This record gives sequence, C-alpha cells and structure tokens, in this order.
Amino acid sequence: MFSFIVSRLLQALPVMLVVSFISFAMFAYVGDPVAIMLGQDFTEAQRQALVRELGLDKPFFVQFMTFLGNAIQGEFGLSYRLSRPVAELIAERAPATLELALCAAVIAMAVGVPMGVYTGLYRNSWLSRFFLTFSLIGVSLPTFLIGILLILVFSVWLGWLPSFGRGDVVRLGWWSTGLLTWSGLKALILPAITLGLFQLTLIMRLVRSEMMEVLRTDYIKFARARGLPNRAVHFGHALKNTLVPVITIAGLQLGAIIAFAIVTETVFQWPGMGLLFIQSVGAADIPVMAAYLMMIAAVFVSINLIVDLLYYAVDPRLRIGRGRGH
Amino acid sequence: MSLLQVQNLRVEFPTRRGTLVALDDVSFEIAPGEVLGVVGESGAGKSMTGAAIIGLLEPPGRIAGGQVRLEGRRIDNLPYEELRRIRGRQIGAIFQDPLTTLNPLYTVGDQLAETMTTHLPIGPAEAKKRAVEWLELVGIPAAAQRVDSYPHEFSGGMRQRVVIALALCAEPKLVVADEPTTALDVSIQAQVIALLKNLAREKGTAMMLVTHDMGVIAETADRVAVMYAGRIIEIGAVREVVKNAAHPYSAGLMGSIPPISHRVERLQAIEGAMPRLSAIPPGCPYNPRCPFVFDRCRVERPELMPAKANRAACWLYAPEEAQRLQESGLA
Repeated sequence: MFSFIVSRLLQALPVMLVVSFISFAMFAYVGDPVAIMLGQDFTEAQRQALVRELGLDKPFFVQFMTFLGNAIQGEFGLSYRLSRPVAELIAERAPATLELALCAAVIAMAVGVPMGVYTGLYRNSWLSRFFLTFSLIGVSLPTFLIGILLILVFSVWLGWLPSFGRGDVVRLGWWSTGLLTWSGLKALILPAITLGLFQLTLIMRLVRSEMMEVLRTDYIKFARARGLPNRAVHFGHALKNTLVPVITIAGLQLGAIIAFAIVTETVFQWPGMGLLFIQSVGAADIPVMAAYLMMIAAVFVSINLIVDLLYYAVDPRLRIGRGRGH
Repeated sequence: MSLLQVQNLRVEFPTRRGTLVALDDVSFEIAPGEVLGVVGESGAGKSMTGAAIIGLLEPPGRIAGGQVRLEGRRIDNLPYEELRRIRGRQIGAIFQDPLTTLNPLYTVGDQLAETMTTHLPIGPAEAKKRAVEWLELVGIPAAAQRVDSYPHEFSGGMRQRVVIALALCAEPKLVVADEPTTALDVSIQAQVIALLKNLAREKGTAMMLVTHDMGVIAETADRVAVMYAGRIIEIGAVREVVKNAAHPYSAGLMGSIPPISHRVERLQAIEGAMPRLSAIPPGCPYNPRCPFVFDRCRVERPELMPAKANRAACWLYAPEEAQRLQESGLA
C-alpha cells in the first residue's frame, strides 16, 4: 500500500516538472517582464539593473532551477497587476473556488448517481424518459447560458437568490467560508447548480449505461437466482460494480470543475481563482498565470492519486500480493 | 406427490418478425430427491426450461402457457417478490461458468452469508460460521481462511464448488443445475459432478441437471428427458434411454457417444442441424433429419406416447402406425 502511493507520487513527478517548465517558459515568451515592469520612461542603466535584480542575465537552466526552488516553497513572485505576492492572492481566492467546486460535485454525485441507477433499472418508465431528456439539456446547453437563465428566473423574476457575489463569509484562520452564513449559502446555490449541472448529467448517463451493462452479467443473474432482494441486487451487487468507471470520471470532472470554474465565476462574479485567472490573462499577469497553471496540475495529480486509491478500496482484484494461492 | 410438476409449458419470445416459440408443450415431473437429466443440442431449450422454472427468463421471453407447480403450488404466475422468496430457498440454481457467476467484489464468505441471512432465520455470526461449514462440505481446503478470499483467488473448479455451496446453502428442495461442468477442465468435471451428486443425495435434494454431456447423465441421473427444438421428444429411466432409446433422435444422440469397450472407425453423426426457432417444420420437428420419416411425420405433430420402456414423441410408436409398418414389412 505504502509502496503503491510512493510509486504513484514518483510517476507524478515528471508531470509536475513538465508543467512547471511550461509555466516557466511563459515568462520568457509571453511578453517581456522587464518592459512590463518598467513602464514607458526608463534609462538603459535602470533596465540593466532590473535585469540583474531579476536574475535574467543568468543562464536559462539556472533561472529554471531558481524558479523551481521558489515554486516548491510556494513562492511565485509579485503579481504585475496587483503588486502583491501571487501565493497570497491565490490563497485568498482558493476557498471560494474550492467551496463552489465541491458543492457542485456533491450535487452532481448525490443527484446524478440515483438518477443513473433509476434510469438504468427502469429503462422504459416515463420518469426515466424525462430524466434522459433533461440530461440532454444539461449536456447541450452551455454553462454561461444556464447561469444566465438561472439568474433570470431565481434572481430577477422570483427574487429568491442573489445574482452575484459570495454573500457574507466567516474567517476560519486563513480560510474564508460562505457555508456558515445564510447569505453565503444562498449565494452558493445558483453557481453550484450551474457548475454541477453538466457533471450531473454526465454522471447520470455514465451510471445508467454501466448499470445496464452490469445488470446483464451472470453474477447479477446468479444473485437473483439466489433469491436476494432487489435492493441488495441493485445497490449491493450492481451499483458497486459500476463504481470504478464512475470514480474515474467523477475524479477527473472534479479536477475540471476546479480548474474551469472560470465561466461560472465570471457569470456570477464569484470571487474565486477562475475570476482571478481571467483578470490576470487580460492584464498579461504572468506570475499569476504560471502559479495557477502549476496549482491546477497539482490538483489533477492529487485527484488522480485519490482515484487510484479508491480503485484499490473498491476492487479487490487490484490488490496485488494479497492472493493466497490459486 | 411429485416435487416439481411442469405442465404444457410454453415460452415465447416476441420479436419484430413475429413470435418465436422457444419452448412448446414441455411437461415433466421431478420426484423428491430424484435427479432428472435434461439433454439435447445447443438451442434445444434445456437452459430455457430451467430459467422458466425459476422465473428468470431473459426479457422479452415470457411464459405464454402451461403451469409450473412446486409441491402442488403454482409458481409460474406468482408476483416477483413471492417468487424471489422461493428462489434460493426452495429452488437453488447453479450456472454454467463459475468464472462469471460470482460477484468479484465480495468475499465468498460474504456471498454465502448474504444468501443464508436472506432466507434463513439466522444472524450474521451464525451465517459466517455456516459459510465455513459449507466451504468444507464442498471440499475447499483451509475453509476457515478461504472464507475471506475473493472469487478471483480461486481456480475455476474451486469457484464452481463455491457456486454449488451458494446454491445449496439455504437447503432448497430442488436444484436446477445448468451445465455445471461445461466450463471446467475435463479432469475437474468428474470431481464436481461427484460432489454435486453426493451432496444432493445427502441432503435429499432433487436436481434438474441440464447438460449435453451424455456421460454425466448416464452416471448421475435417475431419469432423462431428451429435448429437441423446444420440445421434449423422449423421457424415461436413464438406463432405458441410454441403452435402448426409442426416438430416432435420442438413438442418434446415444449413438454419438464414443464407446470405450471397442474401437470404432467413425463416430456416428446425425445428418443436418436442428432447425432455428423461426423455421421449425410442421409435424415432427425432427422429420427433415429422420431416417425413418414417413408422410404423417411431415403433417401431424406427435405427442409423447409409450415407446419401448420410455415415452417418446414419435409416430413410429403409434399403435396404428406400428401395425401399418409391420404390414408393409418396414419395421
């Protein structure tokens, strides 16, 4: 088990190295940081001084190693746009995005899995047909349109929920949470639904097709032949066997909604990392972009590790070395 | 009173191109503790008969006529939930391929305990204890440790032993064994059959043994039913059917068993193939392949009638035909 985790972490190293190299390369190729920092009026001596100060006169490899060393310590320099440490900016914005993404993921799983099981079991019922039609909407409508429609209905027409922002937040150490105040929770509902709807329909369709597949297997027929109650057959035997692919997709999607909450955050003016990122792109704020890129890579790598560990927990056939003879 | 009575069972599959009749007018009985062998070519309806009895026909297949009675009680028209209580508890089932029959994500002990707690008034601790006993009973070495193993940690033969334990653990009165040895190595087949036979005898369990292995039938069954194109064409005591088959098809089937006692140059084969369900000929379904075919066989369908020591669905044994054939010097 321990060696399994270590080997996975070792496999993740090259991925992180490549991503950090790309992040680093942005500094060199996306605009000239010296020109950006100096502005309009400067002397050659000032330029030389800044180049030396930033270490840009050193060889490429040394610069990369310095960048790596700093990145490992969470040091990504100052934002060009806001002149504040990048790490601080991201730490400030991360809770908003993570809370939003996790709520969206919970909604997607909590609603998507039961709907998938239902539509897989009762293929021809009218409710299944309704769910499938509904899922088609979720898959085909773009996120921003869903967000705008929800705002129109629930904020403008009904006036039940706020249309933007995060509401009141409570600080727990460095983490600011909107989950503990009424207005924070209210503000979370629309963006979380907007962000989670696509994942919900995806998971529903995945669970449905996996269920239909598993229900045809011999061990399900045998479970029925043993006279097990439907509940045990469907949820104990069938659903558990659909979990491996579902965990894979759900994990990747969680990474995706953390990384690409940009559209939702923009529509709802949600003060998260996505909004920070899109503003930074607009201002060619390379340190923020580089840090964001590396952080997202780290998120994907860790989610993949968790997914692998979950496989291990779900499927005994993957637990190598535990077999006692054949 | 017989344990299981199947009367005029008819199973249909509605398809876009019309209704296929997969089982037609199938009738037989199984007495308590008796082993009935069911033989026939692939697609003759052997497995279908087993599936119909336990109410697990693949949709859209459905019982379109006839009755299934267990100890006199009709079970073919029970609601799903009531039939579920009978499955496993009164009628156990053994499937063909032990590699796919066990759920890969649960230990064999859990699967056994789950079956027992579903049907018997016992708690989890007692079920676990009995699970170990059952594994010992079906000949799994070191059962106390193996009870916590997953199916993939067992070989095919061992898994089929687990399946047998699962089918018998709620002590049903009847077991439907659908080709229980077909997927196993030849060297293991005999062991598994012997185990099944001994356990059934010990527990007084009746068995419907579906197979196309005549050797298994000859060794295990008390009576045998021969199926062809969804019908039973001969039924009788196993000795009589194997040694002295009445129906030309059963005779051909028995003739295709290679004898060990002496060398034969060529094994006998039956010419042609069994008709598809969509193209069963009128009259006797065997008439296109039958060497003794005459006009009536192509028009009128024979019912089971006394033939030699058995009952066979063949016009050769109709008294009026027998006389006619004798007169014309054919028989």
